[in-house]
Amino acid sequence: MWDLIQTSVYAGILLSIAIGIIGSLIVINKATSITGSIAHGSFGGIGIGIYFGINILLSTTVFTLILALILAAITIFYRHRADSLIGVIWALGMSVGIIFLNLAPGYNADAISYLFGNILLIEKNDLLMMGIIDTVLIVSIILLYHRFLAMSYDMEFLEIRGINAKLLYTYFLILTSLTIVMSVRAIGIILILALFTIPPLIAEKFTKRFYQMIILSGILSAFFVIGGIVLSYYFDLAPTPTIVIIAATGLFLSMWKK
Amino acid sequence: MNAVEVNHLYFKYENEWVLEDINFTLKDKEFMAIIGPNGGGKSTLLKILLGFLKPTKGEVKIYGKSPKENRTLIGYVPQHTNFSLDIPITVFDIVLQGRLKKGKFFYSKEDKEKAKEILNKLKIYQFKDRKIKDLSGGQRQKVLIARALVCEPKIVMMDEPTSAIDPAGQKEILDLIESLEMTRLVVSHDIKILLRNVDKIAYIHKKAVIHEGPKLNIPKDKHFCEVELIDFLKEDECGI
Repeated sequence: MWDLIQTSVYAGILLSIAIGIIGSLIVINKATSITGSIAHGSFGGIGIGIYFGINILLSTTVFTLILALILAAITIFYRHRADSLIGVIWALGMSVGIIFLNLAPGYNADAISYLFGNILLIEKNDLLMMGIIDTVLIVSIILLYHRFLAMSYDMEFLEIRGINAKLLYTYFLILTSLTIVMSVRAIGIILILALFTIPPLIAEKFTKRFYQMIILSGILSAFFVIGGIVLSYYFDLAPTPTIVIIAATGLFLSMWKK
Repeated sequence: MNAVEVNHLYFKYENEWVLEDINFTLKDKEFMAIIGPNGGGKSTLLKILLGFLKPTKGEVKIYGKSPKENRTLIGYVPQHTNFSLDIPITVFDIVLQGRLKKGKFFYSKEDKEKAKEILNKLKIYQFKDRKIKDLSGGQRQKVLIARALVCEPKIVMMDEPTSAIDPAGQKEILDLIESLEMTRLVVSHDIKILLRNVDKIAYIHKKAVIHEGPKLNIPKDKHFCEVELIDFLKEDECGI
C-alpha cells in the first residue's frame, strides 16, 4: 500500500505546511471569501489553458495572480462594497473557465479533475512545485511574521508606523493565490476553501500565539489529509471529500471549547 | 514650532461638506479634547490628522510637515472595540507592534525591554502573556495606549478612549491620559473629558468652535452649550 500512496502522503505533508501558514493568515485576516473567490476564479485560468493548449499550471498561475491583484485593489479601495465585488470576481472567473471549456473541442476530463481534485493522482513533478512554494511561504512567514501579525490585528497602525500595509496585504493575497495553484490538483477548486480554513479555525481556539496557531493547524491538516488518504484508499472513496468530512468532524468536536 | 496646525480645513464626502473651515493650533505638550455629536466630523478630522484622508481644501501640519511625512511621530490609540478578539495574540505581541518600523523585521532586546517598561508603567505587566481576549475593556484600551507609547511618540492621538469601558476603567484611562507628558489630542463623545485639565477644546459639528484655557471659560459660548453641554453643566454655568 505504501508504494501506492507514498507520493500522495508527501503531497499531503507539503500541503499541510502551506495550509498551516496561509490558512492561518486567511482565518485571522477574515479573508475566507477572498480565498474562495481566488480558488473558484482560478477555473478561468484552467479553461484558458485547455482552450489555447498551453500549460495549465502556467495559465492558472497567471490568471489567479491577476485575480489576487484585482481583489487586493477591491479590498483596499472599495472596502464598503468589497463583499459584493468579491462575489462578482468569484463568478466571473468561473464563467471565463466555463466559456473557454465549452469552446474547446471534445470532453475535457482534465477540467473535472481540477474541480474535484485527487491527491492520489499527484505525481513527483507536482511535489517539486509544492516544495518550492512551501519554501517561499516559510521564508516569507519567518521574515514578515511580525508585520503579518500586526497587519492582521490593525492595518492602520502598521501604516502609521511607516510600513506599507496595503502592499503587504497584496503580497499576502499573492501568496494565497500561489498556494491555491499548488493545491488545486490535489484538493480541487470546490473543496479548497474547507481545507484551508478548518485546521486554522480549530487551532485558533487552542493557541495563545500566532506561531502556535500556524504549527498546530499544519499538524492538524497533516492528520486530516493523511487520514483521508488512508481511508479513501481502503474504502475506495473520493479522497478530497473524505479529508473534508474528517476535518469538519474535527471542527465540530472542537466546538466544545468556546 | 506648533505640534499641530490646521488651517482653513475643508472636507467633502460624496458632495456633502463634513468639515468646513476648521482652524486651530496645538502647542507641544498641550492637551486637546475634540468633542461633538456623532456624525459631526470628529472621526473624519482625526483621520485627516493621521494622514488617512486628504483634506478637500486647506492644510494640516504635524510638527511642521504633512501628517504622512511625520506619521512616525504619532502614537495612535484606536478604540479597543474595533478589533477581533479571536486572533491568537498576547498583550506583549500587541505592545511590541509599536516598535515596528520601515526596514525592521525583528524585535531587538531593547524593543522588548521598552515594551516591558511601558507595561509596568501602565500597571498591566501582569497581563503580558495573556491573550487579549481575556482582558476587560479598560485593560484592552490600556494595551492600545501602551502600544502607542512604546513608539516614543511626540504626540498621541486617541479615538474615543473611554468608550465601552466601565466608569472605574474610564477614570483610570483619563487619569493616565492626563498624566502623559506629551502632546495629546483626544477625540471623545464622552464630555466627562472636559472635567480634566485640557488646554484646548474643539467642539466639532461640521464647523469647529475652539476654546482655549480653563474649562470654566467654555460655557460662555452659547452655540457650544446648547447642543452638547446642557445636561452636563448647570444652566447658569452655560449662560443660556
